[in-house]
Amino acid sequence: MTLRIDKLGVVIAALLAYGAFVAPFANFRANRIVPGEARTILEALPSGLGAALLVFVAVSLVVIVLKTPTLLRLVLGLAATLALALLIGLSARYLTPPENTYARVAPASGFWLTSFAFVLLTADALTRLRLSPYARIALLAAVAAAAAGLLLSGAWDGLSILKEYASRADTFWLEASRHVVLALGSLAAAALFGLPIGILCHRVEALRAGVLNVLNIIQTIPSIALFGLLIAPLGWIAVHVPGASAIGIRGIGAAPAFVALFLYSLLPVVANTVVGLAGVPRDANEAARGIGMTDRQRLFGVELPLAFPVILTGIRIVLVQNIGLATIAALIGGGGFGVFVFQGIGQTAMDLVLLGAVPTVALAFAAAVVLDAATELSNSKPGRAA
Amino acid sequence: MIEIEAITKRYGDTTVVDDVSMTIAPHTITVIVGTSGSGKTTLMRMINRLVEPSEGTIRIDGADNHAIPGHELRRRIGYAIQGHGLFPHRTVAQNIATVPTLLGWERRRIDAKVEELLSLFQLDAAAFGPRYPHELSGGQQQRVGVARALAAEPNILLMDEPFGALDPVIRAKAQDDLLAIQRHFGTTIVLVTHDMEEAFHLADKIAVMDKGKIVQYAAPEEMLVNPATDFVETLIGAGERPFRLLSVGTTGEAAEAGTADGEPLAADASQRDALSALLWSGRDALPVVGADGEPIGRVTLAGLARRAARPQ
Repeated sequence: MTLRIDKLGVVIAALLAYGAFVAPFANFRANRIVPGEARTILEALPSGLGAALLVFVAVSLVVIVLKTPTLLRLVLGLAATLALALLIGLSARYLTPPENTYARVAPASGFWLTSFAFVLLTADALTRLRLSPYARIALLAAVAAAAAGLLLSGAWDGLSILKEYASRADTFWLEASRHVVLALGSLAAAALFGLPIGILCHRVEALRAGVLNVLNIIQTIPSIALFGLLIAPLGWIAVHVPGASAIGIRGIGAAPAFVALFLYSLLPVVANTVVGLAGVPRDANEAARGIGMTDRQRLFGVELPLAFPVILTGIRIVLVQNIGLATIAALIGGGGFGVFVFQGIGQTAMDLVLLGAVPTVALAFAAAVVLDAATELSNSKPGRAA
Repeated sequence: MIEIEAITKRYGDTTVVDDVSMTIAPHTITVIVGTSGSGKTTLMRMINRLVEPSEGTIRIDGADNHAIPGHELRRRIGYAIQGHGLFPHRTVAQNIATVPTLLGWERRRIDAKVEELLSLFQLDAAAFGPRYPHELSGGQQQRVGVARALAAEPNILLMDEPFGALDPVIRAKAQDDLLAIQRHFGTTIVLVTHDMEEAFHLADKIAVMDKGKIVQYAAPEEMLVNPATDFVETLIGAGERPFRLLSVGTTGEAAEAGTADGEPLAADASQRDALSALLWSGRDALPVVGADGEPIGRVTLAGLARRAARPQ
């Protein structure tokens, strides 16, 4: 049998080799704000284990570079990612001196690079396997369950990011729920308004260019500037409209953040609705009219079902975008994971920044996987081949 | 019966249909022909009010077609278009059931109707009902499109170049199927096309449109013999006249007493096909058989030549 080289495998292997053999695996700091000292794999793990990891990486390199069965690559990727997750927790406990609550151990670039390489390997294998949407969601659930298991088991408790969490456990979940409410709430509002606006733009051609241009311009306003622009009008509403301040509308805080996210969400929803409706086959529309459907029946029976996959793609864009953008809400007191990010930046405590950033990324990633699967399901209905 | 009375359609300064009056007899096939932009499609679309006329009235079985809302009118009139216009997200059965469902028929009656229509169009109901339109061939899609148009048992069927997207072999088959269906239901069919061959094959009466006006409205034979204008003559094609004349009659009508050798011709084939068979086989005469296979006579080259000559 001839050995063949896997092209993407070469790139992954290069990342992996650099991450494992050159870059530091963990970062040790005497306390949470002093600069850290790098530790290689051999230094960061108990004797034997570090060497074993390096051997494992070396074997993996061969498997990755050569054209090997996809299933083998998938199992290797998943197993290695899990092993790294366990080892970094172990390393934290190993490096932290006993009885020392000030010292911090954080994953360093080597850990991130090796993990990234194995995740890339997994993702590539998954793409090649062409898993069904349901299988992808099941896999996401399994990964989430594994992460939750690791968190609950205490395997990661020695890591700096979890030490930051431990001292902020109450506010973490409060900010998490605020973050989700901001991202999902603004999406729901955008869908509620955006769909009818999109339908209207489709039916009334005179409106289309104007509305889309205005939404485009809103999209180009930097988020901080938009928050600033909203302070005055929302403040005015809070003072002059009876009951407005009672439901939480004020110049700063969650209200302007919500409004800004809502405004940013409108363009993808409206534009995709317009594009989706425009893509409905002319014949089908013509026939629907010709056999006696009313405008409403045509909209709900023919146009929206056929435009649905495109509209769903817009919703996916909005959801992922909003989960990321909601971080900025913390700047004007809107809460969310951004609170930790900005506190961390203020205190030059990178671990605290990570406490805000990691859940945000995880949430956005999960949302993307779920909505991609949903889009594919709605697309793969037999009637909609291409 | 469809009575079109002094109907006019203007878009801005352009008059698309100009003061057209015609009466379409029930249970017949009327074909409207004309070049692109002659207003033929617009004229047809005013019958089911997909286009609202600027002036004039259209009565269907004596009742003004503005007496009921447009969508209700359209549910009573079958409508089939080029490229079938099936709903891609609905199965064949759901597509055919569209109008009966809109009309609120009972589930059982709808299912029975879908099954009846599919078998009438030679599609196995169990196999084709649950399929999606994209899984069908062009000819099958077109048949389902017509089946959908007929699902609510309309008295009138409007067809806008229904066979335009089909290849010649399938088109000929689809035209014969349409004739059979029309005889089966007795539907009044109004069909728009620019294909003269198709018009002469299908029509009881042909209406020729030019620049928004009807220049001649007559039976095919009449139109061949006495074209009203040079335009009609050009449209028919002077060189094609004898053949078109033959294509409107059946071999059975041309059968003479006597016998002949050779491959027998079916009595319901057109005389044009008979001529073609005679020329190709190199014979002067061929036997004609009825639907039951019994010989009923023969056709001769000389006999067909007489029929193809300009009637005196």
